Amino acid sequence: MSATTTRDERYLMDRDRVLGPLFLLPAVVYILALVGLPLVLAVLYAFSDVTVADPRISGRDDFVGFDNFRAIWSDNVFRKALRNTVVFTLISQVIVLLLANILAMVLSADFHGKRLVRFLVLLPWTTPVALGVLGWFWMLDSVYSPIDWMMREVGLLGPDTPFGPARNMYWLGTTHLAQGAVILVHVWRTLPLATVILLAGLTAIPQDIRDAADIDGAGFWRQLFYIRLPLLLPIMAVALLFAIIFAFTDLTIALVLTRGGPVNDTQVLASWAYFKGIQGGNLAQGAAIALFLLPVLVAIAIAMLRLARRAGEETA
Amino acid sequence: MKHPTFRTDRDTMARVETRNLVKQFTASGAPAVNGISLQTTDGEFLVLLGPSGCGKTTLLRMIGGLEKPTSGDILIGDRVVNDLPPRARQIAMVFQSYALYPHMNVRNNISFPLKAAKLDKAAIEQKVQWASSILGIDQLLDRKPRQLSGGQRQRVALARALVREPNVFLLDEPLSNLDAQRRASARDELQVFQHEIGTTTIYVTHDQVEAMGLGDRIAVINDGTIRQLGTPHEIYEDPADTFVATFLGSPPMNLVERDGDLVGFRPEAVELVPPEHGDASSWLHLTLAEAREEYLGSEKLIYGEIDGVRVVARVHAGTPMPAHEGGKIPITVNRAALRIFDKDSGLRRQPASDSVSASPAEEASA
Amino acid sequence: MATTTASATETHTEQAGRNRGQRVLGRVVLYVVATGFALFAALPFAWMVLTTFKADSDLYRPANNPFVYNDPPTWHNINLLWNDTSYPTFILNTLLVAVVVVLITIAVVVPAAYALTRLTGRWGESLGILIFLVYLVPPTLLFIPLTGVVADLGLQNSKWAMVLVYPTFTIPFCTWLLMGFFRGVPWEIEEQAMIDGYSRIQAIWKTVLPVSLPGILTVVIFSFTLSLHEFVYALAFVQSSDQKTVSVGVFTELIRGDVFFWQSLMAAAALVAFPVALLYNYFLDRFIAGFTLGAVKG
Ligand SMILES: Nc1ncnc2c1ncn2[C@@H]1O[C@H](COP(=O)(O)OP(=O)(O)O)[C@@H](O)[C@H]1O
Ligand SMILES: [Mg+2]
Repeated sequence: MSATTTRDERYLMDRDRVLGPLFLLPAVVYILALVGLPLVLAVLYAFSDVTVADPRISGRDDFVGFDNFRAIWSDNVFRKALRNTVVFTLISQVIVLLLANILAMVLSADFHGKRLVRFLVLLPWTTPVALGVLGWFWMLDSVYSPIDWMMREVGLLGPDTPFGPARNMYWLGTTHLAQGAVILVHVWRTLPLATVILLAGLTAIPQDIRDAADIDGAGFWRQLFYIRLPLLLPIMAVALLFAIIFAFTDLTIALVLTRGGPVNDTQVLASWAYFKGIQGGNLAQGAAIALFLLPVLVAIAIAMLRLARRAGEETA
Repeated sequence: MKHPTFRTDRDTMARVETRNLVKQFTASGAPAVNGISLQTTDGEFLVLLGPSGCGKTTLLRMIGGLEKPTSGDILIGDRVVNDLPPRARQIAMVFQSYALYPHMNVRNNISFPLKAAKLDKAAIEQKVQWASSILGIDQLLDRKPRQLSGGQRQRVALARALVREPNVFLLDEPLSNLDAQRRASARDELQVFQHEIGTTTIYVTHDQVEAMGLGDRIAVINDGTIRQLGTPHEIYEDPADTFVATFLGSPPMNLVERDGDLVGFRPEAVELVPPEHGDASSWLHLTLAEAREEYLGSEKLIYGEIDGVRVVARVHAGTPMPAHEGGKIPITVNRAALRIFDKDSGLRRQPASDSVSASPAEEASA
Repeated sequence: MATTTASATETHTEQAGRNRGQRVLGRVVLYVVATGFALFAALPFAWMVLTTFKADSDLYRPANNPFVYNDPPTWHNINLLWNDTSYPTFILNTLLVAVVVVLITIAVVVPAAYALTRLTGRWGESLGILIFLVYLVPPTLLFIPLTGVVADLGLQNSKWAMVLVYPTFTIPFCTWLLMGFFRGVPWEIEEQAMIDGYSRIQAIWKTVLPVSLPGILTVVIFSFTLSLHEFVYALAFVQSSDQKTVSVGVFTELIRGDVFFWQSLMAAAALVAFPVALLYNYFLDRFIAGFTLGAVKG
């Protein structure tokens, strides 16, 4: 063997500089090809005339400028969908934030059957959404809803009753009830996620801080407002941001529960994009509709980055 | 040697050399290792001694191939190994934490390097037996690391290093995780073990007692540079600068100012009873102010001040304290025991005294 | 003197009594609230199970109390689901898609997470957060252009389209998740392995991976359950019933126009929902650790 060894091919794979990029390559390629590229395509589609039948952008003449945006904007349903998306998200997430705080506090206490309660409370998140929502769909059935039956039994529904004379409420068939139902199911679905994130934050509050507060004689409400909530604020922000994303971009609940009905009164951006883009075959307009999700997502991503950076600084 | 068959197939000279080695972690900060050149002899036990954060671990990791030098060369057995990964360097390393594989039992931990070398089953078994009997861990082979005490873990780590038949052992503070009692006996065992195996060893520690007890030679490091390289005796008796003088010895060497120089003397060089023929040409007479004593059993320490500088003397416990005059006592030091340092550079000024043989290692003065 | 002591003891016991009263009240409130939340969350599932075993004659009579079995419970609906619908095909498709997605995810995520924690220095952590943010890009934003991409690749109306696309959400999330695990593995054991004569890749294989087995198992479970949960892409990409997965198939195939086979529908949902929930629940804490973005240590 020679006295000095310079760059030896055999040891190429032992170098960080070689191995690092090599290891990252598949993930980066995957994400660029199937998230990055589609994201760009989403924008291109929105300015083009692609359809399911002809999904290719082949040349300049496939671009139509702001035609799609003009078309969807002039459509009454789109504006309904836009408003619904915002309203459903805001209302459901205010409720989620409130309930999640209560539920997290309950789950941080010790009591009999806690594991079971935890399992049940998490079901809406741990089961496939589409299947869980089917359960609600059936519970809110126009004829066989058990809620209707109970209301009939106690004399709230039926001939000569406050909600009568109909024998059914038609939960998913009347505008306001259907909108309420969609919000309710959103709460039901995102509550577990927000709760467990908060719970993680709650259990991370050092015991000695709580002990010190107990010794200082701080009562329940004082502890809540002066210790728990301020310490939980960053993690609450994380929980809220995730919950907002899931609620804001949801398609499943709107589709399975109401299919956007009655008369598009529960249509949201995602479902309307689906109906236009996939069912209606107009990929271009569908993409343009979905693109309206983007500003909110970008804002949330930036907020997340800030939070993560701050957390990083505190740990460092 | 109990097992003479060992080390027969060694073909390279197991000598480690670094040439002007530099490691700079961050572009702005000071280098962790700042131009270290040293050379071991074959079979030597070399200790890297220095305060925490001085760059010992970084130096050792560069020799092991775990860290890439910013500049400079590393040679193992006269071969530049800068670009070789650790596995191609034929070294064994014992980490401070021992780094036992938590998912393997002791037997598999020890045989892990042998499997890498693709030895056959019988040979592996034989070597595991051999190493574990040398280190007295035959009984522990089926245990998992978490079922072992600190001392047992250290032995397993040594056994794993041993079976590799390395050119060099690299040990990074291997005793620091043991309690004080275990540490003393482990130090002793380690020395016996190394003499028996005869493999070149580079040993990192910040503990001067370990360094003095174990090292054939010691490299004293501070701020990423070698301050002195020599035998324990040289390092102790003839420190190359004030850093080495005050880093070794407990209490460390006293340094008082005389005629614009720093005069150093060890606490044990101080005499309380003036020698009978104590003429000024061979004895230095000083006066210790505000003297007080601390009784330690076999000896006692006398603390005091000379020109506002703290001075400590160590004398036999039976030595009577001379008469106080307002806390002032006279002391004498044999001039042969004095070490003169330049006040500004801190470097040794006067050549080494005759009582100490001159260092064969040129690096010592570098 | 005596009176002050007496009154002091009195207020003391009074206070203790009040404290105890408050504590009992607190417990009662706790149990009531916990039960309330559990009921709200589990109601649709309880309803599914109840419905599954109802006979037609019982179910479709509005006057019947829907909370009890007026006619004896029956297995008929499950038999129907199993023998007369495409449900078994949905199940097989779902499992096939999920398993292949898991394999792809593992193959991509393990090296990526390793590189980001070990090989890329300071910017690895930032890049990791960026990759995690990709998880936040929702399917509803991508499903339309991806429909075009899938068609271009000749995968329209095929379950392989799902296999191709699902890793876009499993990879970002699981990379982030696994980075947390790799960070916990002491560097020294793989350095030791490299000293002991192994190459970096061998060292990873023989030390880092065995030690982070729980992390890898978590990745398997999550990519599996996330695949099972997916609805949007499945709905957009696939139209024939022999290619559908459960979450879409049940919704689109078991409801024929206005005819609902309610019991079978509920059986179909419950049969998948509960096993998935159990699996998910078991690993949830790790999942949450990923979601908290390091804002919570622990
Ligand atoms: N991976 C690293 N990145 C940045 N700085 C480091 C790294 N490793 C060590 N250092 C710095 O280099 C200096 C020397 O460290 P080290 O070699 O571990 O010292 P010792 O082992 O003598 O205590 C220290 O200041 C330490 O902070
Ligand atoms: Mg060190």
